[in-house]
Amino acid sequence: MSRRDTDMAELPPGIDAPVFAEPWQAEAFAMTLALHDKGLFSWSEWAQALSSEVKKPGAAADGHDYYEHWLAALESLLAAKGVAGKSDVDTIAAAWERAAHATPHGKPILLENDPGS
Amino acid sequence: MSHDHDHDNELDPFAARVRALETILTQKGLIDPAAIDVIVDTYETKIGPRNGARVVAKAWSDPAYADWLKRDATAAIASLSYTGRQGEHMQAVFNTEDTHNLVVCTLCSCYPWSVLGLPPVWYKAPPYRSRAVIDPRGVLEEFGLTLPADKKIRVWDSTAELRYLVVPMRPEGTEGWSEEQLAELVSRDAMIGTGLARQPA
Repeated sequence: MSRRDTDMAELPPGIDAPVFAEPWQAEAFAMTLALHDKGLFSWSEWAQALSSEVKKPGAAADGHDYYEHWLAALESLLAAKGVAGKSDVDTIAAAWERAAHATPHGKPILLENDPGS
Repeated sequence: MSHDHDHDNELDPFAARVRALETILTQKGLIDPAAIDVIVDTYETKIGPRNGARVVAKAWSDPAYADWLKRDATAAIASLSYTGRQGEHMQAVFNTEDTHNLVVCTLCSCYPWSVLGLPPVWYKAPPYRSRAVIDPRGVLEEFGLTLPADKKIRVWDSTAELRYLVVPMRPEGTEGWSEEQLAELVSRDAMIGTGLARQPA
């Protein structure tokens, strides 16, 4: 973990360094907080779900995949609670991807733009 | 982390899954997309290590506050309106001449968000989470912090219920400084324990 030969060396030292690399990471984070506020799960439940994801082998040493684990933890918790099953998420995610392809550049991507499979 | 965007409008698989969750949760009335934006904005712009720096500066300036922070950090921090969202308890651990404190979360990435904002990437990365406990002195050296061999290092492992804030030692030569001036010397890393308070210029 020498700071010279890993990504740790490249971390911005500034106190206000950005914590989200991409917007979806911020959205996944915020959804988790909102669902906790709503009482859908306790913070201990969340910590357990996240912990079991980040403990899986293959986690990047530089932590860049952290929010991928975060998202996987959120999905597994929502599936376990019967709120959003994996197949439903798969189906709607595919619709979002098709909608993105069908949306002209510069226009907001809307799910209604999905031309269908 | 770079993603190649060869199409003008493309959602990568992670972004598409987040949107799918948002769609389902909004339909079920579990989240309000506008509230999600507010949370993101709050964490990106309003909550950050400056909150913690104010807590530390107040403890340096006001012995009664420092005493309160030692006994009941949750209440002392809440008195400055920095309240944790997860109902977690806070404990302040004070560095002394004999002991240096270092905070980690070996389980996942529990972190005192209300006072430090969101954790830096390295805090969440496996090497720090595993090595801070096994070899704290070596980890600190990689952060450029070499402590005297006789200085003890205490490592505090955060949980979902209990988070720690390190109160670094007040630098010498800061007598008579205002809390605002003192807060400028307190870095995020100093409050995690991977650094010390800055020396006055």
